[in-house]
Amino acid sequence: MVKIKLNGVEAWAQDDWSLLDAIRFYGLNLPTLCHHDGLEEYGGCRLCLVEVEGGSRPRLVTSCTHPVWEGLSVRTHSKWAVETRKLVLELLLARCPTSKTLQDMGAKMGLTEVRFKPRYEDCVLCGLCVRICKEQMRSGAIGFVNRGEDSDITTPFDAASEECRRCGGCMYICPACQSRCEGPRARGVLCGSCLSPSPTCLDAYDDVKCYMSETACGTCIGRLQQGGTRRSESDRKE
Amino acid sequence: MRALRSVGELDAARAALRDQRRLDRPCITICSGTGCHALEGGKVYEAFEEELRKRRLGDRIGLKPTGCRGFCERGPIVVVRPQGILYQRVEAGHVPDIISRTVLKGEIIEDLLYVDPTTGEKAVAMGDMAFYRGQERVIMGDNDELNPGDIWDYIAIGGYGALGKVLTKMTPSQVIEEIKLSGLRGRGGGGFPTGRKWESCRLAKGEPKYVICNADEGDPGAYSNRSLLEGNPHKVLEGMAIGAYAVGSSRGYVYVRTEYPLATKNVQIAIKQAGELGLLGRNILGFGFDFSVKVVSGGGAFVCGESTALMASIEGRRGEPRPKYVHSVTRGLWDKPTSLNNVETWANVPLIIERGAEWYSQIGTIGSKGTKVFSLVGKINNTGLVEVPMGTTFQQMIYNIGGGIRDGKKLKAVQIGGPSGGCIPSHLMGMPIDYDALTQVGSMMGSGGMVVMDEDTCMVDIARYFVNFLKDESCGKCTPCREGLYQMAEILEDISAGRGTGPQLELLQQLADVMRDASLCALGQTAANPVLTTVRHFKDEYESHIHDRKCPARVCRGLIKYSVDPGKCTGCGRCLKVCPEDAIKGEKKKPHEIDPARCIKCGACRDECKFDAVLKV
Repeated sequence: MVKIKLNGVEAWAQDDWSLLDAIRFYGLNLPTLCHHDGLEEYGGCRLCLVEVEGGSRPRLVTSCTHPVWEGLSVRTHSKWAVETRKLVLELLLARCPTSKTLQDMGAKMGLTEVRFKPRYEDCVLCGLCVRICKEQMRSGAIGFVNRGEDSDITTPFDAASEECRRCGGCMYICPACQSRCEGPRARGVLCGSCLSPSPTCLDAYDDVKCYMSETACGTCIGRLQQGGTRRSESDRKE
Repeated sequence: MRALRSVGELDAARAALRDQRRLDRPCITICSGTGCHALEGGKVYEAFEEELRKRRLGDRIGLKPTGCRGFCERGPIVVVRPQGILYQRVEAGHVPDIISRTVLKGEIIEDLLYVDPTTGEKAVAMGDMAFYRGQERVIMGDNDELNPGDIWDYIAIGGYGALGKVLTKMTPSQVIEEIKLSGLRGRGGGGFPTGRKWESCRLAKGEPKYVICNADEGDPGAYSNRSLLEGNPHKVLEGMAIGAYAVGSSRGYVYVRTEYPLATKNVQIAIKQAGELGLLGRNILGFGFDFSVKVVSGGGAFVCGESTALMASIEGRRGEPRPKYVHSVTRGLWDKPTSLNNVETWANVPLIIERGAEWYSQIGTIGSKGTKVFSLVGKINNTGLVEVPMGTTFQQMIYNIGGGIRDGKKLKAVQIGGPSGGCIPSHLMGMPIDYDALTQVGSMMGSGGMVVMDEDTCMVDIARYFVNFLKDESCGKCTPCREGLYQMAEILEDISAGRGTGPQLELLQQLADVMRDASLCALGQTAANPVLTTVRHFKDEYESHIHDRKCPARVCRGLIKYSVDPGKCTGCGRCLKVCPEDAIKGEKKKPHEIDPARCIKCGACRDECKFDAVLKV
């Protein structure tokens, strides 16, 4: 066990925990996309960034790949960390506006605007499918190809792979395969329906479309209590 | 070749060479570096060979291909010894003349001498040239004397003496202490103290340990590592062997990018020769120290110059960096302790051991010791590889060594540190070049690319160029780098096309900050530097692109217009013929006109016009 400082409070963590494990153990919420408890850490999405103090200057680190050690001091919700996470999500949303997972995260983090050019790609490149295929299914039928903005995930030479056993693990784990919640008036890149004071999904659909957590996310209710209607702001912009 | 079994045998072999390789023997040396090779230096060498054979002079006059001398712009370079007469831009046709006049009679051929562009004076020897006078070539200097394909050349000038000294007189901790004392810092750009890196690697648990030479130099305009490895591979190998002894490793890798075939070839020859002489491999010089080196050819990705991506590439995986919260000295190649250093860092090691840390630490500034090799390129009179002590000012580099700006133009900025470096404006040219001073102005040392830019350069366009380069080279693993660079390139494209807005400039800065703080590896963390430094030092240029829709340097095609000055145009019709879009109309001997709707702003007409009648506004 090591003693760390979590948002100014002393906390114990097991030696083999990642920083994210510790943060989640104490009930703090951090968004993640490429992290999965059953898979090796990747550190690619950069949504779980937290501020770590010590060393020559404070730094932002991905909590999923960062180990815990004695005396490590971390701030999960400093202004720097929160705003950086928000812009990273904004970049992801510009890439993949159709991902419901990202849209929900945006609502949760209070993202009200995507200022970048939307690319309407289908894949968020979190690499979960590649890892589940290799690590859990022991197959390795899919992998990354190309690099940078042309990165993609596919089978070798884009041909049907003999390694693939059609287990569907990749589809099961994909955070982007779900189609986006269209809401009653999702016109821009950002859905933002959840930000309106009432759960608008039921106005348009027969089922609640918000699957942000097992219980309701509460974002909409929170807005209602504050009396603020962030939605109307974006309306004016549109 | 018989293997050398002790330091005594090495010294004896060296002494035997001394007479045979006296510098006062007549000898013709021809630079065989990549620059001179591209300028047909190979043909010149063959012509010399042929001519010497024809005149039966082969046994009296030596002929030797050497490493890069750094003055690549003036290649192929031929130096005639013993006088040391330097001829530049030599062609095969000059060869008979050089042999009959210079080699045999000692005459100087005036036409082949270098003429200083500022003073107009002719220089005979290297020491007479301003380009070399301002340098301190402790690393690169050996290139002039060595045939990279012959290990005896290296041994003759004292090569592998430092390795012998380490094995006979020093313990590994003493070696580390010596390197620490010398103040040597990583030449790959980060500037981490080498001694400290070795110490952590020595103390790290895990066997076997590895040493790696990073020769994946990919910065546009930088080629110093290449010339060093091509011209003096043994120095690098000797440095690696000393490093391996210090950290307790017996295996090394040289990771060379595929685009450097000559470097790969020369280092492979060097490994083979050193192995045959017992200077690499098992039981080196009879001391029971084993060290073998393998060459790995890169996969053609810029990001593989990043240490963890490089290791992934050696392991046969996709060249992707991993988070470095646990450093590679503890968990590197195949999760074993690894000490990875740049080509130039390794080359510094034998020098420090041989001449002592005290001597070495006298060169340079307080925080940055030794010399640094720069690739001085761009709009400057003397381009080439330049080795100067740390702390030399930009002013000295550009005006003394570089001979000033080409065509008498004004200096605007210097881009240093490769695509991830920054642009330093002309008013800061008095600052010393060392690790800390460069970091302060938002740039970095990088692997030593130094691009000089004159007043005709648009800083928005430069930022756009480097961002596009990095966008193509980003591995795509982490969001801020992959998506950030894509969006950054889009915004810069908008600005240079005249579609930019004020909020976009703000967003650009915000994005740059996030990329620096949130990216996984150094590529993404520094990718915003070209934007951050140009916005910091040349904000007015961004503003005039955005608010006035004007490119002050008249570079950005979306913001310039070509027209014909009717007063100057003679109606010769030359422009009309070169225009690829038929955008120019006019009758013979009457002023022509450019149709702005069809003009693609290629500038061909302006280049073609003999009367300066085509205007660019």
